[in-house]
Amino acid sequence: MFADLLPTLVLSPLLRRFAKLLEPKSDAELEAMAQQAHLATLAHFGKAMRLFAPIYLSNECINACKYCGFSRGNPILRVTLSVEETVREARYLVEEGFRNILLVAGEHPKFVSVDYMEQCIRALTPFVPAVAVEIAPMSVEAYRPMVNAGAEGIVVFQETYHQPSYKELHPAGPKKDFAWRLNTPERAYEAGFRRIGTGALYGLWHWREEALANAAHLEHLLKHCWKAQITTCFPRLRPAPGGFQPRYEFNDRDYVQLVCAVRLCFPEVGIVMSTREDIAFRDALVPLGITMMSAGSHTDPGGYTGQGKEALHQTVHGRRIAREEATPHDEAAGQFEISDPRTAAEVAAMLHSRGYEPVWKDWDRGILGNA
Amino acid sequence: MITDLTQKLVIAGREFQSRLLLGTGKFSSNPAMAAALDASGTEIVTVALRRADLTGQADPYANILDFIDPKRYLILPNTSGAMNAEEAVRLARLAAAAGLPTWIKLEIHPDPRYLLPDPIETLKAAEILVKEGFTVFPYINADPILAKRLEEAGTATVMPLGSPIGSNRGIETRAQIEIIIEQATVPVIVDAGLGAPSQAAEALEMGADAVLVNTAIAIAPDPSRMARAFRKAVEAGREAFETGLAGRQSFASATSPLTAFLSSAN
Repeated sequence: MFADLLPTLVLSPLLRRFAKLLEPKSDAELEAMAQQAHLATLAHFGKAMRLFAPIYLSNECINACKYCGFSRGNPILRVTLSVEETVREARYLVEEGFRNILLVAGEHPKFVSVDYMEQCIRALTPFVPAVAVEIAPMSVEAYRPMVNAGAEGIVVFQETYHQPSYKELHPAGPKKDFAWRLNTPERAYEAGFRRIGTGALYGLWHWREEALANAAHLEHLLKHCWKAQITTCFPRLRPAPGGFQPRYEFNDRDYVQLVCAVRLCFPEVGIVMSTREDIAFRDALVPLGITMMSAGSHTDPGGYTGQGKEALHQTVHGRRIAREEATPHDEAAGQFEISDPRTAAEVAAMLHSRGYEPVWKDWDRGILGNA
Repeated sequence: MITDLTQKLVIAGREFQSRLLLGTGKFSSNPAMAAALDASGTEIVTVALRRADLTGQADPYANILDFIDPKRYLILPNTSGAMNAEEAVRLARLAAAAGLPTWIKLEIHPDPRYLLPDPIETLKAAEILVKEGFTVFPYINADPILAKRLEEAGTATVMPLGSPIGSNRGIETRAQIEIIIEQATVPVIVDAGLGAPSQAAEALEMGADAVLVNTAIAIAPDPSRMARAFRKAVEAGREAFETGLAGRQSFASATSPLTAFLSSAN
């Protein structure tokens, strides 16, 4: 398991090459890296961009992560969608064109139980070809029913690979356990997930060190989870409830260099781009190594169709408090602010105009036989 | 037309003029793909079932098949995405149920990194699919014994790889493919890794019956033009093979003949 290896990591030749690519570069050197990254992406992934959208199921959370909008101490409006409400959100996304949906939820064993997740997945797979989850780390036994229900992908971010920072940023709740989280992709693989995403949240630690650990994790997963499609993503901190500010810089140029370095060292790894980034930046990165994008996203439960409004409630430090004045315009809080508000059709049109085919469906539930 | 080929490609009793098969992934748009198919002269086109709509509901967001005329091309659905025999067989059955041809390109590559085929699962799936009446095109590593085992199981072709999918590295498995061609009783189609027309020509010159090309055409700046280049190369390679290449000589004319004594003894 990777958690046992990280503290005494010995850089392989591949990781040494990766570290070299992360060193400061001149404009010309960076451009040369970008050209190579473009060609490597074309060869492996073609002129195609896979599209997906998240559904936030719940913003309830028992963790106290200092940077997260859903942190239990934040006095925000919270809700957990019912299975029926989740289906309505999914039907909206299917109408928009999405055939690949990521179910996201905070960590709350009562509201977001294994049983609840299984029910949501089972309700979606009859009309959504690909369903993935981004939820709290669980055991192999807890993941199995989700895989059996038809989920084929999982995303779990390590947030930061720097253990002292991790400890300080996650002061309470089950998420405190660094190693449990770090070994999640391997447990998910054992349970049968076949698309596994991991990475760090950039801005919590020095990006070059973060990226090197991220790359070591990728290299480890490629060897040990050899049948899984491994993906990664480089989310940057966005404004969110709680008002946490990034501690370390990770600017556009750094981001580009990182995408290129990962592409050149891991030509087969999928790189995901979320709507955390703004329009100009997202569009500019399309040819550089990105292979999958979200579009038209909402990060609040019920954000697409207004589901769950009746059950909205406010919590402070995990306790429900009486709401002063409820209005029909109230919405559950989002995890972070979206920077690219374009609809799915607008993003698809942008891809076409840049010579890329938007790929909506790239998986068939018939493969797993739980149709 | 450059050529007047004398020998047609025959697969499972069906005759084909073109010895170039095309894949449909990685194109910048479905119309660009359709134009490249047209320019290539191909008659057999493979499509990943996971990209297509198998529900019969004409999903406009999974409509790749709308761009391939089934009257003009034989659509060869492929099982890419399947990790084992069970999944591949299930996909093939779903395709047949959806009204697609029962000719199937059997691809089981559990490793998303190099997309190398699993020989054990491929053989297992081939045995089942042949029994169920499918015409099976198995994608395999260039393993001559596996090729013979598949042939015995009743596959219509064998499709050894030149090098990993999308790598454009050409025929790195040349020595093994030569053995496969030498021993085969079904058409040998070199699939994967052909990055340049010269490499496709090389496969045909070696005696491969056909080649399958995708990435090199799909990601070319002008896919239709590249498709034409491959078409010509395939025709040239085949014509050279049928004509008979002079063959490379690995020795020079000996200065001290070893067999001259045979005539001097007279």
